[in-house]
Amino acid sequence: MKLKPVLMASALAIVAGCSGGSAPPATEGAGGAARAGGGGTQINGAGATFPYPIYSKWFSEYNKLHPNVQINYQSLGSGAGIRQLTSRTVFFGASDQPMKDDQLLAAPGKILHFPTVLGAVVPIYNLPEVSQQLKFTGPLIADIVLGKVKKWNDPAIAKLNPGVKLPATDLTLVHRSEGSGTTFIFADYLGKVSDEFKKTVGVDASLKWPVGVGGKGNEGVSGLVQQTPGSVGYVELVYALQNKITVGSVQNSAGTFVVPSVASVTAAAAGAAANMPADFRVSITNAPGADAYPIASFTWVLLYEDPQDKAQAAMMKEFMRWALTDGQKMAPQLGYASLPPQVVEMEMKALEQLKVQ
Amino acid sequence: MFSRSPNVRTDEILFRAVTGAFAILLIGIVAAIGLALISESRLSIAQFGWSFWQTDVWDPVAGEFGARPFIWGTLYSSVLALLISTPIALGIAIFISELAPASLKRPLVFLTELLAAIPSIVYGLWGIFVLVPAVRQLQIATPDWLRGVPLFSGPPLGVGMLSAALILAIMVIPFSSSVAREVLKAVPQSQREGAYALGATRWEAIRMALFYARTGIVGAIMLGFGRALGETMAVTMVIGNNPQISASLYAPQYTMAAVLANEFAEATNDLYLHALVEIGMVLFIMTLIINVMSRMFIWSMGRQTRPRRALAHAPARSVA
Repeated sequence: MKLKPVLMASALAIVAGCSGGSAPPATEGAGGAARAGGGGTQINGAGATFPYPIYSKWFSEYNKLHPNVQINYQSLGSGAGIRQLTSRTVFFGASDQPMKDDQLLAAPGKILHFPTVLGAVVPIYNLPEVSQQLKFTGPLIADIVLGKVKKWNDPAIAKLNPGVKLPATDLTLVHRSEGSGTTFIFADYLGKVSDEFKKTVGVDASLKWPVGVGGKGNEGVSGLVQQTPGSVGYVELVYALQNKITVGSVQNSAGTFVVPSVASVTAAAAGAAANMPADFRVSITNAPGADAYPIASFTWVLLYEDPQDKAQAAMMKEFMRWALTDGQKMAPQLGYASLPPQVVEMEMKALEQLKVQ
Repeated sequence: MFSRSPNVRTDEILFRAVTGAFAILLIGIVAAIGLALISESRLSIAQFGWSFWQTDVWDPVAGEFGARPFIWGTLYSSVLALLISTPIALGIAIFISELAPASLKRPLVFLTELLAAIPSIVYGLWGIFVLVPAVRQLQIATPDWLRGVPLFSGPPLGVGMLSAALILAIMVIPFSSSVAREVLKAVPQSQREGAYALGATRWEAIRMALFYARTGIVGAIMLGFGRALGETMAVTMVIGNNPQISASLYAPQYTMAAVLANEFAEATNDLYLHALVEIGMVLFIMTLIINVMSRMFIWSMGRQTRPRRALAHAPARSVA
């Protein structure tokens, strides 16, 4: 079932490759390439599902401004995006986690990472007896996931939430059943705050969960949590905001309890910007900064530094410039945090590495 | 008058060749699927060998993979679904073909076929929002003495084996009942008339028709079983997706089709991907074995009492 879109995408990529190849060579940079496209050039990409809503908005808005550029995006998942980019069946990939060193070595060319927007993962719970917003810390969430905290009136929860009358209900963890970037960000954070979690469970997009039940997708997890009194789970910030789900606040590395919001996620990115590596492969979970929300992450577009199709490369470069500036303004209304200005500035410089001729 | 023109003979040969090629193509496709599954799972086969079938651990982070909890979950949920759906499907088939007045027949046939046309994702959503809460209420109402029994142990989560089996049963019913109905329709009217002539009651005449149609009915049940084995989306939404081997109906478990759908897209390293494809291969092999076994079962039933072989083929015809 999953193979079908892969085949279709590769067929499309071949078609796109042919039309690109038959176009006259681009001589004067982006403008030339765009004009050379004539009747319109398709650029194909595949990858993460998490940024799909904003990417599809961007691609359609950009197509209105530049009718000759059409960008197709298949939201197959980060892993599939990386695989297709590595086998060159798509022009660009997209991922919720930076590519690992061995994945980069396995690719046929140098791959560049470009953060596009930010997302966050938020704890949600269902306790009909409690009306106040609950507070969580990283170690507490890790202990819940590890199955060490089993009841809601556990001292570890009570200590953080003085004045809240916690029931003696059993605690049920609801996690994502499928591999997902959301799980990766969640696990990445827990791995930083709990050595035991890092050792016994580890950090990846699919995990071997010690306890709990798996729900499919954000809707599966939130559906289960909303129906099961005593349950706790995690979903993307976008999803929680759009569906007005009760979320908990999480203590950040500065000791403040931060309510997840678009602003507190951007603050996390700003806190991490100071130590941004040149290749943008950075984890910003547990970021420094008094207002930083700790379970946040960039999502990346992946491009070859020296793409085979230069006309498409020039168009993609123009698109990325637009996405990093005008495109960022669309992020908050869709529930994504926009990039802090320092990061945009660094990326604009890094875009120059992309070889368009 | 009877002399054949050479044209007719080439037509004949061509026709044979073309249809024959299609038949061979079918074998070729099955073989190609098998080969692709083996070649795409070679890393996992080389690394784990037979232990893949016997290991309970599924740990993508550590790179340890075993298929046993998924095999268990697939078989357990499908067998349970069959136990629930078979009596209901047969009841529907018997009522429609033997008892229902003509005015009721058509709407009933229409409704069962409508049930078959609902996409499985819709069943899954219905499962999450209607079936799972209902099952949870049932679990909460379970008396304590019953909770001690391994079959009913565990916390009341709603999601789990029971929800999966129920939703599978509902999805399988239209298939089994349609085929069983067609098979019963194929029982010659003279058989029933003969039974009545010998003084049989209605119930006895129906039993006679059921006996006559038994190979086809087994075929109908097996068709449902095949569907239950491969069902993915609705199951993964309600089964709880926890790879553990448990006899409890209340425990969250996992199936092969579900883990494939869930983890394929995010499987980034090669061994993980190959292990997932090997799960697909295990499912392929199991489906093959079950199909062969049901064929043999039907064949042995047909052989025991005289030539009623034509009926064994009834399901195939009505499916097409």
